[in-house]
Amino acid sequence: MSSKLPLSSDEILKRLDIYLDVEFTFYQNEKHADVLAQLPLDRQKYLLAWIRRTASTHHELGYQFMMHSIDILNELDEEIIETWALHAMDVYDIKGLYPSLEVIRNVNDFLELAHEKEAGSVLEEESGILLHFAHGLAGRKLKLEQSEQAYTDTETIFLPAIEARLADKKQNFSLYKVMVAYMWAQARFGSYRVKLSTEAGRSANPEKFLSLFHAVETLRLEHCLARELPGLYRQMKQVKQQLNDQPLSAQWQEISELLSAEASTVNDSLDIVKKNIEILNAYKPFCYQGELNPEIAEKIMQARLDEEKKQLKNILRKLQEDLKDSKEAQSLEDAQSDGKFELKDIQEQNSLQDFKVEITLDDQPIAPPEDAKNLLSSILQDLGEIPEEYLVAAGDGEYDPSYFEEKEEDPDEVWKGTYHEDGAFLYNEWDFKRQNYRKNWCAVREQVIKPIHDNFVVNTMEKHGSLIKHLRKTFEAMRDENQLLKRQTNGDEIDIDAYVEALADAKDGSEMTERLYMQMKRTERNIAVCFMVDMSGSTKGWINDAEREALILLCESLESLGDRYAIYGFSGMARKRCEIYTIKEFGEMYDEEIKARISGIQPKDYTRMGFAIRHLNKKLLDIEAKTRILITISDGKPDDYDSYRGEYGIEDTRRALVETRREGIHPYCITIDREAKDYLPHMYGAAAYTVLDEIRELPLKVSDIYRRLTT
Amino acid sequence: MESTAIKTEEYFITKEPFYQPVADEVEIFEAAYQQKLPVLLKGPTGCGKTRFMEHMAWRLKKPLITVSCHDDLTASDLVGRYLIQGGSTTWVDGPLARAVRAGAICYLDEIVEARKDTMVVIHPLADDRRVLPMEKLGEVLEAKADFCLSISYNPGYQSVLKDLKQSTRQRFIALEFDYPSADIETEIIAKETGIEQSTAADLVKFANMTRNLKGSGLEEGSSTRLLVHAAKLMHSGISPTTACHTAISQALTDDHDMLIAVNELCSSIF
Repeated sequence: MSSKLPLSSDEILKRLDIYLDVEFTFYQNEKHADVLAQLPLDRQKYLLAWIRRTASTHHELGYQFMMHSIDILNELDEEIIETWALHAMDVYDIKGLYPSLEVIRNVNDFLELAHEKEAGSVLEEESGILLHFAHGLAGRKLKLEQSEQAYTDTETIFLPAIEARLADKKQNFSLYKVMVAYMWAQARFGSYRVKLSTEAGRSANPEKFLSLFHAVETLRLEHCLARELPGLYRQMKQVKQQLNDQPLSAQWQEISELLSAEASTVNDSLDIVKKNIEILNAYKPFCYQGELNPEIAEKIMQARLDEEKKQLKNILRKLQEDLKDSKEAQSLEDAQSDGKFELKDIQEQNSLQDFKVEITLDDQPIAPPEDAKNLLSSILQDLGEIPEEYLVAAGDGEYDPSYFEEKEEDPDEVWKGTYHEDGAFLYNEWDFKRQNYRKNWCAVREQVIKPIHDNFVVNTMEKHGSLIKHLRKTFEAMRDENQLLKRQTNGDEIDIDAYVEALADAKDGSEMTERLYMQMKRTERNIAVCFMVDMSGSTKGWINDAEREALILLCESLESLGDRYAIYGFSGMARKRCEIYTIKEFGEMYDEEIKARISGIQPKDYTRMGFAIRHLNKKLLDIEAKTRILITISDGKPDDYDSYRGEYGIEDTRRALVETRREGIHPYCITIDREAKDYLPHMYGAAAYTVLDEIRELPLKVSDIYRRLTT
Repeated sequence: MESTAIKTEEYFITKEPFYQPVADEVEIFEAAYQQKLPVLLKGPTGCGKTRFMEHMAWRLKKPLITVSCHDDLTASDLVGRYLIQGGSTTWVDGPLARAVRAGAICYLDEIVEARKDTMVVIHPLADDRRVLPMEKLGEVLEAKADFCLSISYNPGYQSVLKDLKQSTRQRFIALEFDYPSADIETEIIAKETGIEQSTAADLVKFANMTRNLKGSGLEEGSSTRLLVHAAKLMHSGISPTTACHTAISQALTDDHDMLIAVNELCSSIF
């Protein structure tokens, strides 16, 4: 029984002093230890564990957690305390210490939030579904974002983070859905086709003008939704009823009637507002209608229209030139054309069907390319028509061929701005002390290695000439082979040997076998392998040379084998500067360029491994293959100049490899670190690594290891 | 009714299969048939390629031999092979050889799925030689005048590895199929299943929503075939939402979020 006794105050104090590092932080823990000593053992252990986890993020966070958790321990169940602590740590990761301490201090706010979370619908959780939903509805592909108020700027739908006005999760989700559909309807059925801010400015009371317009237009959109999405409209009515939205007055019902026709547009709404602004007052807004932000929407729309106009004109220009070329090629006489584009058959309007557009050039119908179709339908959605000036092909001054090239951001550019995560891939990282992921922790960018055309490759080929010849032979022997299987029960051809024997058997009186056919069987290797090469600063000199030589030999071998392979280097400095260096992608041919890139591999910064593994996992999963392998070539344990050193890095790497295996990818590690036996089995598992004693061996061994691994 | 076994080359389609022409594909096929040109049908799954072939077979009054290609289909599966019967071997024609002999229409569905060596077998049949070499017999089979070869291929979803080779595709007249326009598709569903025009129109609306999602979460939008399935369920009294869930959403995706989203889209309409 003695082991079940609660910990004494002294024992607790000892632990707290270690967790909170009192040697440096000078917290006074005695009082708290006394309070904790009053608790039963399991509660003590529970709290101590969580104090330790929070303190691993920041001492102050751990300290505050201890102070506040003791008070509420009896009121709350453990699950809520855990989410509270994890939430605080997440806030710390994103916003820093002070906001996270706020979370700890204002436990009541959190409890309210937790309650909302229980019954409410959380945008973050539902956004996947809502986004698919919004994309399924026709028209421009809208984005979803979080905001205090619900509104749309015609490109993005903004929604509150939590919707908890209704009794349970399901109903609150319906409310979200209705909001999305309503905002979509604003963009789709052209609520912003009139210049609202100007119209409101002309009125004596702009504020009233806008709220009145919002009310009238909402009724019009309700009719559109009722017509196009009757099921959704039913839910809309239901939600309104549940939230006690007032039924319309007789006066408003009349107005609603006026807007019920399919042909009614935003101009009809505007007319009603103008005519009745003196006598009419807006009804209390419906629960889903959110806000109207005409200034923002008009700005976004104008910017989009300018951009789309330019793009469209460029596309038309290209179309014109292509057509001219083909006409000239056919040496047609009417190669001369005045190049007039016209639009035919605009099938609008207030129906779900996509806008149908037909363009003619000099009265000849032409098929617009897909991007032009999308542009036209987006412009139609904004303006309700395509103005003639949009249909003039770009003149020489406006023509910009870069519209047809894919725009890629220069990875180095982002460092000049303030927002360093722009355009980067974000990956979680495992914090073993916290026993949880740090979300979107690493900002990963892909860089291209600057190719160096020197003699390195030629020298390597010379140096290892005989070895390369040998490797090629061994690898060629491993290629796909057709195997003739004899004595099968069915197959393409008769196995004459078996047949003769069987006939003899039959004459003899013994049983005749059924296995009389031959079958051609093809064994497909179907392997995709990704090499992840350590480019940290410690590889400088010998190791770097050996790595590069090894890669050359490897490529030579793999080329004769025919397996698909890719090579990436990795390095990084702290979590915001994780870099993947593309040496060879899966689709690329092994040519002079790739050889020059291998030659250009240079030592960079530190060895942060988790992000590289996660990123390359994603690359491998994009490739269709039966067997996927991720091979790391490294010179030491994971390391970075922030907290990645030591156990943290090893645990994160281990976690990343667990994810790898879960995806069905086989990880393997080749290292030259002699101490690797201490940590590699923990990371890669007992049989999934090789330690080379000599750097010299690397080029010779890598291909050999690969051969063993895949046969 | 008892089901009866009919030899493939004697299988004539006697009742007109319903087919709603979208453009001039029927005339083109007929012309190609007269001129003894092989035909390639391109298009996404379930847009009516197979139905078109049945319709054409009925129109031309020729037997239709359909082979659905799979990745283990070998050349001998098409041409034929020796089998052992009793104490001796006999040659058995494969479906392609039967069609060539009988002067039937041979339709190789999803040809790229078959093994690469299979593709080469059809080459001499698909140009002006119109012969089928039967190596194992040491014979060359000349096609009858009314023999016709047609293959189908879905350029959308196959991996690059399974692309149709130029040497194959340049032997064929190509007809492109796509999902029909909303009006025609409504017509097709209503005629094929007997549900009301307005319900059919709603179904098409829903299908277009799923097609909007192609590329942003769905591999492929709902095909006309799936719509017909849903409409048939509805015709026998299943509620529209249930019919769409079972016949369409579940067939399109396994992804949890996507399933919910598609179902929500469906319930927005019905």
